Amino acid sequence: MATVKFDNATRIYPGNDVPSVDKLNIDIEDGEFLVLVGPSGCGKSTSLRMLAGLEEVNGGKIWIGDRDVTNLSPKDRDVAMVFQNYALYPHMSVADNMGFALKIAGTDKAEIRKRVEEAAKILDLEQYLERKPKALSGGQRQRVAMGRAIVRSPQVFLMDEPLSNLDAKLRVQTRTQIASLQRRLGVTTVYVTHDQVEAMTMGDRVAVLKDGLLQQCDTPRRMYDHPNNVFVAGFIGSPAMNLLNVPVTEGGARFGSGLLPISREDLSRAGNEITVGVRPEDVDITSEGDGLPLTVEVVEELGADAYVYGTPASDKAKDPTAPVEKPFVVRTDGRRPPMKGETIYVKPKEGHLHVFNMETGERIGD
Amino acid sequence: MSSATPAPLPEDVADKAVAEAGGDADLQTGRPKRKTKSAAGNAARAVTSPWASIFAIFMALAWTTPTFGLFVTSFRKQEDIQTSGWWKSFASPFTLDNYKQVLQGAEGQPPLADFFVNSFVIVIPAVLLPLLLAALAAYAFAWIDFPFRSSLFVAVFALQIVPLQIALLPLVTMFQNMGVKSWPGGNYWSLWLAHSAFALPLAVYLLHNFMKEIPASLLEAARVDGAGHVRIFFQVLLPLIAPALASFGIFQFLWVWNDLLVAMTMLGGSPEKAPLTMILNTISGTLGNRWYLLSAAAFISIALPVAVFLSLQRYFVRGLLAGGTKG
Repeated sequence: MATVKFDNATRIYPGNDVPSVDKLNIDIEDGEFLVLVGPSGCGKSTSLRMLAGLEEVNGGKIWIGDRDVTNLSPKDRDVAMVFQNYALYPHMSVADNMGFALKIAGTDKAEIRKRVEEAAKILDLEQYLERKPKALSGGQRQRVAMGRAIVRSPQVFLMDEPLSNLDAKLRVQTRTQIASLQRRLGVTTVYVTHDQVEAMTMGDRVAVLKDGLLQQCDTPRRMYDHPNNVFVAGFIGSPAMNLLNVPVTEGGARFGSGLLPISREDLSRAGNEITVGVRPEDVDITSEGDGLPLTVEVVEELGADAYVYGTPASDKAKDPTAPVEKPFVVRTDGRRPPMKGETIYVKPKEGHLHVFNMETGERIGD
Repeated sequence: MSSATPAPLPEDVADKAVAEAGGDADLQTGRPKRKTKSAAGNAARAVTSPWASIFAIFMALAWTTPTFGLFVTSFRKQEDIQTSGWWKSFASPFTLDNYKQVLQGAEGQPPLADFFVNSFVIVIPAVLLPLLLAALAAYAFAWIDFPFRSSLFVAVFALQIVPLQIALLPLVTMFQNMGVKSWPGGNYWSLWLAHSAFALPLAVYLLHNFMKEIPASLLEAARVDGAGHVRIFFQVLLPLIAPALASFGIFQFLWVWNDLLVAMTMLGGSPEKAPLTMILNTISGTLGNRWYLLSAAAFISIALPVAVFLSLQRYFVRGLLAGGTKG
């Protein structure tokens, strides 16, 4: 068990000018579960592979514990990795798959057998130990891949989208299992996913990457309540946060017919327009004429809640040829949702407004 | 030697029969046939038609009949062979005399049994050596990044173009200059090395393609598990490319076992080391007065390749990679 530290770690693929991972700085605590998340091509898998030693580091350093592992080969790093496609050795039995690393390390046979059996017990694989991977189901293969990592009791677990090949139901189940297993074993874990729900539910901390750049690294709660920029605000949360560009006026920002109070200090750091963000659950439906008018287009009823998708009515009236904006989403009481085609007026709840600089996308204020 | 070629043919027929059965099944289930315009699709339809099957069966019979004739002939008496065709042989009794004579030898004719050993001594290293070298080279070409990798690979494969007949005499001179004769193992070394050299380009190419098919994550998993190149090669890759090793092994075995030209060139001065094929060549006697022994000798010499083929066949399994990776 150890800490992990990315210190300005950079990876530039040969033939590319733009780095795939650009000066990544993350400190991971001992025993922490860190999730790297981002859209495809953001460099999250590359970062993980750099930590595993499968990808060269072109700049900066990577530390595991107090060892500089930047130029060490994978076998000298004491890390275990779970691959997206499991990467089990097809010609070996489950037990041999799990014990392969120990066999290489020269552990004696009885000890290997003991540790494989312990891991198999944890993962409920005991009756499959003598089978070949092809005689297992997808979920079982995934568990064998986990087992292969556990058996080694390495300093760091690396997981590269280990759930993406499972069906939806199994994915949710396994998600919880992995998270609780990690807490129990207390091994520092770096987990890569493109699924922000996975990231939010599993991680002690979540790091959001985009185009090789770290956007924010925080606890899921903090990430949700306090996104550092427009990208994180739009990426984390489902349905996504509503983001609107609104003009700045005296004392605040114009929001439909209403005014959003924004401190003078914050306004001084913005231009003529700002981007405001508000989560669907932080929107109140108000009386007519108060706030932003929305024409209701779709209502999704989920039982307890209903999500109302509407377009700002005023925009359309102004210019009917204007491209349709992203719908504005409002969560309302599931028992009395507005009807399709209706016009409703909405206003953000106080204290739940996120304000961003429109040019830079950076967060303004707290 | 030519009699060895038709042997695999019944297999082909069986394959076609299977393909045909598959085609019929499609019709029976009433599944709408896809109207693919691809050349492969056309070819597949062409060979599944009944006419094609009849043609294939006819070809198979045409190829195997002479072999069968040879087989029958090998059991006939000398005077029968010399006076009538094999198709008339069912009137007269069969005999094992030809086999006895060939195996035990006659005047001026060494026993064939002795030369089986020679053929073995030649064929085993001449199969294993190129297999090992080619597998190592293929691993490097497929999975290790080094400068000029692709141009070197093309160069290796391009060597395939050089006909061995052109390279033979320079090779003999080279081996003489190197003094191969005085090495332990003597002249056999020149045969082993020559056969390996001629086999390598194709072997490297074939095994390389096979190794490339193995998912990269499997090798990465092994690296993270702590395996170096040697361990990855022997414990992860070699078991997975067993079918390729077996098929190339069979080809090389048949080629070396049936080879006469290279053996004659390299072993010209030492007849006691000659393989079976060289004895087959001389068995009919200097004046051709014992040609009736040829059919029996030929069948003795093909017995082993058939056995090898059948025993290695179980390695031709598909789906060896199944289950390791997903997606």
